[in-house]
Amino acid sequence: MNSPRRILAVTHKELRQLRRDRLSFGMIVGIPVVQLLVFGYAINTNVRDLRAGVVDQAGTTASRNVIAAIAATQVARPLARASSPAELEEMLRTGAIDAGIVIPADYSRRVARREFPAVQILVDGTDTAVAGALQALARMPPPIDAPLLPQQDQVAAASDGAVGSDPAAGFLSILVLFNMEKRSAVSVVPALIGVILTMTMVLFTSIAIVRERERGTLELLITTPVRSVELMLGKIIPYVLIGATQLSIVLFLGSHLFAVPVRGSLVDLYLAGLAFITANLALGLLFSTIARTQFQSVQLAFFIFLPSILLSGFMFPFSGMPGIVQKLAEILPLTHFNRLSRGILVRGATLYELRHEVAPLGIFFIVVLALALARFRKRLD
Amino acid sequence: MSEPDYAIQTAGLTRSFGALVAVDHLTLDLPARRISGFLGPNGSGKSTTIRMLCGLVRPSAGSASVLGMDVRRHANEIRQRIGYMTQRFSLYEDLTVRENLDFLGEIRSLSRRRLRERIEELLETYALRPMADQRAGTLSGGQKQRLALAGAVLHRPDLLILDEPTSAVDPQSRREFWESLFDLCDQGTTVLVSTHFMDEAERCHELAILDRGMLAAFGAPERLMAGIDAATLVVWSDQQRRAAAILAASAEVKSVAQIGSALRVLVRRDLEAPCELLREVLSRAGLSARVEAVRPSLEDVFVAATGSLRSAARPREMP
Repeated sequence: MNSPRRILAVTHKELRQLRRDRLSFGMIVGIPVVQLLVFGYAINTNVRDLRAGVVDQAGTTASRNVIAAIAATQVARPLARASSPAELEEMLRTGAIDAGIVIPADYSRRVARREFPAVQILVDGTDTAVAGALQALARMPPPIDAPLLPQQDQVAAASDGAVGSDPAAGFLSILVLFNMEKRSAVSVVPALIGVILTMTMVLFTSIAIVRERERGTLELLITTPVRSVELMLGKIIPYVLIGATQLSIVLFLGSHLFAVPVRGSLVDLYLAGLAFITANLALGLLFSTIARTQFQSVQLAFFIFLPSILLSGFMFPFSGMPGIVQKLAEILPLTHFNRLSRGILVRGATLYELRHEVAPLGIFFIVVLALALARFRKRLD
Repeated sequence: MSEPDYAIQTAGLTRSFGALVAVDHLTLDLPARRISGFLGPNGSGKSTTIRMLCGLVRPSAGSASVLGMDVRRHANEIRQRIGYMTQRFSLYEDLTVRENLDFLGEIRSLSRRRLRERIEELLETYALRPMADQRAGTLSGGQKQRLALAGAVLHRPDLLILDEPTSAVDPQSRREFWESLFDLCDQGTTVLVSTHFMDEAERCHELAILDRGMLAAFGAPERLMAGIDAATLVVWSDQQRRAAAILAASAEVKSVAQIGSALRVLVRRDLEAPCELLREVLSRAGLSARVEAVRPSLEDVFVAATGSLRSAARPREMP
């Protein structure tokens, strides 16, 4: 039987030690604050192959040609169909797609009469890099096959729309949802919660156990009746609290300094945070069973930290990565938490709608904790 | 009285780390309610043996039982009944004396009230009350050691195992520490202590001398000294370093060590007139010397048993 008393004894001890370790204590607050201020600017890059949903209300050869033309730009890849713009918006909200293409029923007429815009693109503004890339589509001319339509002469005129009566109205219109002002902070801050937690959670837990090994206190601990599970749980609990604190700090500063919206429920966000924090803590425990010194712990933490930053969609848009790298990134907890935090905070999605991002975190936690427990034996050899 | 007469029994106990055999077929019976010692240089297998007895390291071969329980199968039960004091101070330096003891008590599931009483008692016994609320990291070597001992006996273990407990303390503290061990022994606790100090080894009821993982000698220190397989001589000459070199090269001499201005020489026990023999060896080299036979010390026993030539004297503290 696991003894709650022994677990709490470890937790209590850990908190006492933490309170007296000025530097670590300072880092709990310092890391989120400094990073938030430093990373408060976006990193824009080229975007390709965004997942697009299509509503084709015209259903003509011409409208299919438009979709093909958009696909040919390689910026967006139409892969899902929807029956109404409202459904597209829903798909955007849950993160199933990055952009929606709406072709109205009267598409051919609009093209013929040069009633632009003839096509509307809905963009998820959560990720400014994505939104920026889709903006480029607005400069796309109408497809060349337009002359095949009855109103040949008018379409020809449309091709050099610059001389048209309303040069500002392009063939496509772009509608950015959720982050209309396209402020980078709105996309960076929610992701920063995950970045900061990845860094501190993995590092703190792995150091917490390795430090006991280094200082020799583990040798005494394992000659007491405390069980491995009790020791691990007792060590994890303080860091769950710390993780929640850090989440709150970033959230508070984010909404006050950078006016990041909180559109979804805070409860959902903290629950998502809890799943993410425990996944990272499990990883920290696993590292602590591998590392012999605190220095090795730090190295291992960076081993996971860099890929997390680079591949999770925090720094570079997920869509631009080759398939195999995307698969790798799907393993990383940060990839899923980024989608969760952006979804909940910016798009106002519910945790239930985003459940497909929670499940991988749960699986990660269970698998990694099992590995850590298997590796951590109450022996020195 | 119904308890087993032996607190620790090992048979062919062996542990290897890769190609290195740290403990090599150790067979030992250590009596209950006595103080037993492991004496040996670094790397002789003392710590590895102790760690196997505590269940920290698994034996590669052989068997060991502690308080009548097999170390492989009952590691957890053994852990409840032993107290272990590590070589390095292994309590939390950033916790206070009281907090450290409190944590150990919680971990060992002592009842709250009993724990409170026990901590007060220990603060008294080990003279820790004045620094009860001081962080352990700020204590002196002797105070840390008393705290470590208090932590190890908090749950009143039947067997107390100490791995080189006094390597970091001054002679006065070491003496007081041994007084505490005798008190515990008097109250019925079995004590196993490893050391490389001769004076400390001499205080043990039973002593096992370990050398390169093997048992070199075992018995009460007085018996070991009486039964030494060598004669001990002390040599004074005008050129001691040269005399030492000449004697060390002689076939009858087992070891030579300079201690202060004298040379301590172990020779084969079967020599008829060892003093004359040494004088002769030295005079052949043109050195005049005074040679006297003396009572063997434990260090002589150790040197004779381990067969190692010792060129430098260890610091010796007389009780």
